[in-house]
Amino acid sequence: METTLEYYTEKNPATENKECVLSIDHVYKSFGDHPVLSDFSLKIYRGENVVIFGKSGSGKSVLIKCIIGLLRPDQGRIIVLNKDVISMNHQEMDQMRAKVGFLFQSNALYDSMTVRENLEFPLRRHWIKLQQEQVDKLVEESLDDVGLLHTIDLMPSELSGGMRKRIALARTLILKPQIILYDEPTTGLDPITGNEIIDLMIEIQKKYGTASLVISHDMNCIRKVSDRVVMLIDGRCYKVGSFNEVSTSEDPKIKSFFS
Amino acid sequence: MADNYTNSISKAFFQELGEIAVFTSRFLSSWWKPRYEWHEFFRQCLVIGYKSLPLVGMTAFIMGLVLTMQLRPSMVHYGVESQIPMIVGIAIVREVGPVLTALIFAGKIGSSIGAELGSMKVTEQIDAMEVSGTNPFKYLVVTRVLAATLMLPILIIIGDAISLYGSYIGVNVKGVTSFHSFWKQVFDNLLFSDVVPAFVKSFFFGFAVGIIGCFKGYYSKKGTEGVGRSANSSVVVSSVIIFIIDLIAVQITDLLGYN
Repeated sequence: METTLEYYTEKNPATENKECVLSIDHVYKSFGDHPVLSDFSLKIYRGENVVIFGKSGSGKSVLIKCIIGLLRPDQGRIIVLNKDVISMNHQEMDQMRAKVGFLFQSNALYDSMTVRENLEFPLRRHWIKLQQEQVDKLVEESLDDVGLLHTIDLMPSELSGGMRKRIALARTLILKPQIILYDEPTTGLDPITGNEIIDLMIEIQKKYGTASLVISHDMNCIRKVSDRVVMLIDGRCYKVGSFNEVSTSEDPKIKSFFS
Repeated sequence: MADNYTNSISKAFFQELGEIAVFTSRFLSSWWKPRYEWHEFFRQCLVIGYKSLPLVGMTAFIMGLVLTMQLRPSMVHYGVESQIPMIVGIAIVREVGPVLTALIFAGKIGSSIGAELGSMKVTEQIDAMEVSGTNPFKYLVVTRVLAATLMLPILIIIGDAISLYGSYIGVNVKGVTSFHSFWKQVFDNLLFSDVVPAFVKSFFFGFAVGIIGCFKGYYSKKGTEGVGRSANSSVVVSSVIIFIIDLIAVQITDLLGYN
């Protein structure tokens, strides 16, 4: 049986009194004749970690790019922190992006900049009036959060894959976002480094009370991070529930993911 | 089958031509509007202009020297050896200097812009920039195109001077001409109509190299192969465009009575 997350959250006492920070209502997105998202709906509440998983090409990355405004849905509404992304002008979009962090799958660190400059970049863009001392303090604090203060003057090419992921996370954190979108945060990392990143994500959520939307295939990550799990099949919300509910489902489509 | 192949090639050609036109019109409609990326613009001027100087200077010197040495036997044969500075001066200032420097510039800067933006595109750095509250078109494209447009004419002036110095050395390899009389002969025979059209067309050469490099990189297809292809086609297309601009420029100067 298909269950929308909207339906699920209305019945869920754990989220009943919490503020909804992200609401996706009946979103459709297609590329040419190929539909990617079909009537997708989802709500995320403050301080909650939601993990979306599904087959490659099922529309997970498209969904978070729609949320952050890098792609525009064909139909539907995406409300982020009480504002509709689709009707935002450039200024409103920038204001929204200052409150929503995005950890790219490829980390997307700027190759030509040092770690310090990478972290300063969003600060200088969003919080123009900051003094250099304040910028330095925030950069150091962010790097300290991910345990990589010593890499401050290194170039991204001098860092390992795990370190790059941590630096990308530090850059995401530096604006103190209220929501963090993670696009496959443990892909390409060895199990030990992957676990370190997962622990960091949980720590960040506890420390800052952020809501997180995580796209992942990594069962270990899904199990550890998720408060709720959404299974995406053919651009639709196929199943919603806690990790235990979803992982013990007898539905063959879901079962194949956990076998 | 051959017809189908020709049709698809011509379709791709005109499609790309249209896309370049749209990209150029986007540049023309946005370069003068705030926010101005001064820091990145000056950095690009340094990278594109100052750091191209050794290569441009070396090729210009060799070009002036070789041109003079190749010209000398014919001039001696006709007994007009003393006219070498005048002829070389006019050839370098009007045609050889601007076109050759622009081609060297296309090889160095066009490929580097194409590869840099292509790699940024593939590794999602351009998306990351947008998420960080920056208009990537203004930050990456406008700054590079403006820097290329302004730096190439300066490089051409410097290159012409170095080239003429190479010619002075060349004249003195098998003859004796004083420094003063060489330069006097060059400048006495250079007219307004030699200098100004060459100077004006060099702005268009710089613009072409910048806009093609940025277009190829900005719309690079996914993957490392796409990055290589962007760099390669940046050089090929901008070199062809340099010759087309040169052809148009000579027709215009002819129509205006400057030839």
